[in-house]
Amino acid sequence: MTDYLLIIIGTVFVNNIVMVKILGLCPFMGVSRKLETSLGMGAATTFVLTLSSGASYLISHYLLGPDLAYLTTLSFIVAIAGIVQFTEMVIKKTSPDLYQVLGIYLPLITTNCAVLGIPLLNVQANHNFIESLLFGFGGAVGFTMAMVLFAGMRERMEGADTPAIFKGTAIAMITAGLMSLAFMGFAGLVK
Amino acid sequence: MISALWVMIALSVLLGIVLGYAAIRFKIEGNPLVEKIDAVLPQTQCGQCGYPGCKPYAEAIAKGESDINLCPPGGDEGIHKLADLLGVEYKPFGGDAQPKAKAVAFIDENTCIGCTLCIQACPVDAIVGAAKQMHTIIASECTGCELCLPPCPVDCISMDKIAEDISNWKWQHPVIIPIQAVA
Repeated sequence: MTDYLLIIIGTVFVNNIVMVKILGLCPFMGVSRKLETSLGMGAATTFVLTLSSGASYLISHYLLGPDLAYLTTLSFIVAIAGIVQFTEMVIKKTSPDLYQVLGIYLPLITTNCAVLGIPLLNVQANHNFIESLLFGFGGAVGFTMAMVLFAGMRERMEGADTPAIFKGTAIAMITAGLMSLAFMGFAGLVK
Repeated sequence: MISALWVMIALSVLLGIVLGYAAIRFKIEGNPLVEKIDAVLPQTQCGQCGYPGCKPYAEAIAKGESDINLCPPGGDEGIHKLADLLGVEYKPFGGDAQPKAKAVAFIDENTCIGCTLCIQACPVDAIVGAAKQMHTIIASECTGCELCLPPCPVDCISMDKIAEDISNWKWQHPVIIPIQAVA
């Protein structure tokens, strides 16, 4: 049980996928202009990432095995694309409200490097099925947390008196860097 | 090598089956009202109603965002049909563009320089021709939307009114004449 808790804390804070592993930067910079959109993107990513971590564990253990390990990346990409499509259809049918929130972000997730990165890290770390799911879920929660925090800061920066040269993306990049430094403070909390 | 191929094929086929099944199982029916309204609209895709085509206009009517009296090619008759379909009062034409008598475009082939600009503008592909070749209009396909007139650099397109004859004559809609009190 402690192991599972440590995996969650470890992925959310210590090895935060955006701030420490520097993965998934495109949605992090692109969709973080507003708090609501970043929440929507975070929710969609959490959903897909948890599913794809589980699916990719099954693929790498039962379909590929050690002989075909070189197909890992390729088959994960195919599987993630399929899962995203499937999720989109199911959500559209079962819950139009949720589709309104997540709808436009779901196709974006297909090309999100964090979504591919976490299954690959799972394989490297030799996680079992439950650990893979938790690692995916924790990573996505960390991604959402970083996005939401960053979006909050960006909303405040809109009103701030930024020097003309730094306006827009420049100051956002600097802020992201400072945030990443702050996350370094968690290092050593969990091994 | 062969096993790698088999594995990838199996994965793709599996995902294909799942997605194909999901596409049927989780199919969303569009708003049936939109289809009905779209069927009444003249499909000229001319955009004179202010929407980018007949389908978007039909969607706007179905949502209640737009009035029924904005379609010039549909004319008075179209408004009557829409009013019947939606169970609302007929109202006279209200858009910026006014309905005109039915017409087809005609290209003056002596003036045409073969620039293809009108071909790109035509929403129903009723103009044939190629670069530096003279263009001509397929009269039976032309909906008379006049979208080819503005892009023509030499103004060689004119609109020919279709004369009323036995094949296209229709009963006029009854005009209600207000009864005046006899003094």
